Amino acid sequence: MKQNRTARIIVSILFVGMLATPLVIKWDAARRGGGKTKLDARTALARHGFYFQEVSRAAGVNFVHQAPTLDPQLAPIMPQVASMGASVSIVDFDRDGWPDIYVTNSGEGSKNALYRNMHDGTFKDVAQEMGIADVNRLGTGVSMGAVWGDYDNDGYEDLLLIKWGRPELYHNDAGNGFTRVTEQAGLPPWVNANTALWFDYDGDGRLDLFIGGYYSEDVDLWHLKTTQIMPDSFEYAKNGGRKYLFHNLGNGKFEEVSARVGINSRRWALASVAADLRGSGHPDLFIANDYGVSELYFNDGKRFHDVSTQTGVGFSPKSGMNAAFGDILNDGRYAVYVSNISEDGVLIQGNNLWMPKDGAAGNGLQFENLARDLGVELGGWSFGAQFGDLNNDGTLDLYLTNGYVSLDRDRSYWYDFSKIAGGNSIIIIDAKNWPAMDGRSLSGYQQKRVWLNDGAGKFINVAQAAGVTDTYDGRAVALVDLWNRGVLDAVVANQRGPLLIYKNTVTPENKWIEFALEGTASNRSAIGAQLTVYWNGQQQRQEVSGGSGFAAQNDRRLHFGLGKDPRMEKAVIRWPSGKTQIIENPTVNQILKIKEPA
Amino acid sequence: MSEQTIAPAAPPSHSASAAARKSWLSLDNRYIAPIFITCILVAGHLSFGMLESYQKTALAIVASIAADLVLGRVFFGKWPNVASAYITGISVGILLRSPAFWPYVLCSVISITSKYVLRVKGRHIWNPSNFGISAMLFLAPETVATLSIQWGNYLLPMMVIWALGSVIIWRLRRFHITGIYVVAFIAFAFLRSSITGSPWQSEIAPLTGPMYQLFIFFMITDPKTTVRSKKGQCIVVFLVAFAEFLLRLHQVVYAPFYALFMVGPAAMLVEMWMDSRRTPTTSMGAGVAASA
Repeated sequence: MKQNRTARIIVSILFVGMLATPLVIKWDAARRGGGKTKLDARTALARHGFYFQEVSRAAGVNFVHQAPTLDPQLAPIMPQVASMGASVSIVDFDRDGWPDIYVTNSGEGSKNALYRNMHDGTFKDVAQEMGIADVNRLGTGVSMGAVWGDYDNDGYEDLLLIKWGRPELYHNDAGNGFTRVTEQAGLPPWVNANTALWFDYDGDGRLDLFIGGYYSEDVDLWHLKTTQIMPDSFEYAKNGGRKYLFHNLGNGKFEEVSARVGINSRRWALASVAADLRGSGHPDLFIANDYGVSELYFNDGKRFHDVSTQTGVGFSPKSGMNAAFGDILNDGRYAVYVSNISEDGVLIQGNNLWMPKDGAAGNGLQFENLARDLGVELGGWSFGAQFGDLNNDGTLDLYLTNGYVSLDRDRSYWYDFSKIAGGNSIIIIDAKNWPAMDGRSLSGYQQKRVWLNDGAGKFINVAQAAGVTDTYDGRAVALVDLWNRGVLDAVVANQRGPLLIYKNTVTPENKWIEFALEGTASNRSAIGAQLTVYWNGQQQRQEVSGGSGFAAQNDRRLHFGLGKDPRMEKAVIRWPSGKTQIIENPTVNQILKIKEPA
Repeated sequence: MSEQTIAPAAPPSHSASAAARKSWLSLDNRYIAPIFITCILVAGHLSFGMLESYQKTALAIVASIAADLVLGRVFFGKWPNVASAYITGISVGILLRSPAFWPYVLCSVISITSKYVLRVKGRHIWNPSNFGISAMLFLAPETVATLSIQWGNYLLPMMVIWALGSVIIWRLRRFHITGIYVVAFIAFAFLRSSITGSPWQSEIAPLTGPMYQLFIFFMITDPKTTVRSKKGQCIVVFLVAFAEFLLRLHQVVYAPFYALFMVGPAAMLVEMWMDSRRTPTTSMGAGVAASA
């Protein structure tokens, strides 16, 4: 009896200890959590090697995104339905060697902006005079994103604009203006798209085009025939928009070949990115889907093979909103970052960092989610994210923006959202069954994440310390060396919020090198070119991308941080044509312009 | 969740063949719930990949069983039947959602330990997994959530589980608990709709999800933590639905868990108090035996 009483006392104490464990873990996490406090520039520079300053106004950029006003039947939940459309893409549209910025707007009749880099720290909106501002006219839909690629290899980047509405292709007329060529190209009359990318899937030297639908293309969100337009499942929805793959025929025309080459998904695509994951010479296609699993297609140059399940990325359904590749371990292999939703006490999906498994390569490639292990799992209601070496220390860092609907700070819609999300498809598919938002926030006013890669397998959030303090509803992030200084600046597009330009200052001790590639036999944009820099006995691989993140496109120039006192060995370029070019012992702290050799 | 360990009813006089058939069908009742919940898990995972990882669910089950074995041995000097611990573990594995591994272990061990520590007159008064999950949701909201949107939100899996669950609960003679809860939930849903102005479909929606299927078939029907009389069970489960109604009016996301967390033990204490007034000297021993 006494023994039993002693045991009971001991177990009771242990029980209390177990109940206290989550609190202790929370306290410890809060104690360790870096980046929660804003540092002055000097301290941030000394501690983290860089800091950001938001300079949009000083740079002459006063763009504020407007959301669309859709069919009145959606009015009760309008803020969450009309919650996308802010995008940013980087392009040097006039080939002056200075990156320019294109941003989309989504209010009916609102104007998109093309910010020409004036070389003096400022930008000037030239979209109107270039003919690509007034693209959101009533009846044509509104902008959701834009990607740039030189589809006709004339040396100037052309514009593909995706909308909830009519997608548009604009030909760049030698940097002097744009000509709308949508019909000639053969694009469909209406796609509710949120992702698109340029890539040369068949290696013929011409850029092809992928467009991923979100809502079904049958839906005109301004004139609903039915309110049954919502996903039929929160995790396995397959009633989204179709996917399009437009094969570039070379005469300004495109042929839609998605079904023929094996892409038949109707999941709700939000992000897509392409890169050669297997060393096959062909870009593979990764699609992050809302309300479901991600999809990965291996590309053999002629057909796409759905390997989502076999590679492990198509297993656990979440809310995929971003897809970005990065060689984060400097081992020549790409990880894929997919953003999802995490809200304390309600929904902890966690973001995915799909890392290639050791020993699995080629067609046997497999991924495992190591977001938690590496510290990049929890980012609120996450949207756009990009890899880039923000402090030039030689490892890729990660910039993530987030926040869904910021309205009333004191009232949350999460209860009602979780209520409907748990329901049966016949309930959730109908927008009229959704409780009204009534001005409530849904994961609003969130702090962003800037995760620094320590090079040893851990990322540390330093957002606040580094000066990223905004709490807008972030959507798209693009990383770019805006002023050719050898550092990556961040441009962030916010839903119903201002375009932010975070100017980066990096400790000069850390060296860098950038590459501006131009294809000849390959597509002239060099999209798909893979560049590996070898220095100090290590390597880092990057690939020119025709679209990355969420509704974003980084600068096509490839930026490599090299750390202190780098001993450069070589840079190896594998062009999309298959040619390999080696640059021995390149000089650091310069932008190398390289043309594909004949 | 449920520790369905009701002893089979006394066999009525039937023919030999009928008795044999019934014997075959009368699989020891304590194993019906574990088998059913395992079937849900396997079917859900194979069809919809409902588990984030096998490891986490396995971890929850192993932790639960190990804790029960150790504590059962320590407290009662014998190895307990692990059927109820298995249900607790698998319930934690299904209902708890966390990217981390440790919450699965901690929740399972808290659940099982609560069964041994939080006892009144020899009976544990909280449903173990309800206690564990509620504690985790309350104490670690930044790390855990519960299952909310599995089964693909499709109709067919829902109907299959409802049908199978109803048959099994009926066989265990606890269908009245589930039935009254469902009726009360629907009535309160319409009442909430009229109060809040939300579409009634959205108020009904949670009931059509998998979390509720597990909740109403396994958690609220747990024999060990429900009162004994049928009438009392009906009243208590109605009160659970009512408490949930009040919590939902205050937009508490995990209203059903918290409602059961509050009402269940209160009802047990009331029953013990009433028992003690009727037969003050005999209740303790019976309770200890039942809980072991």
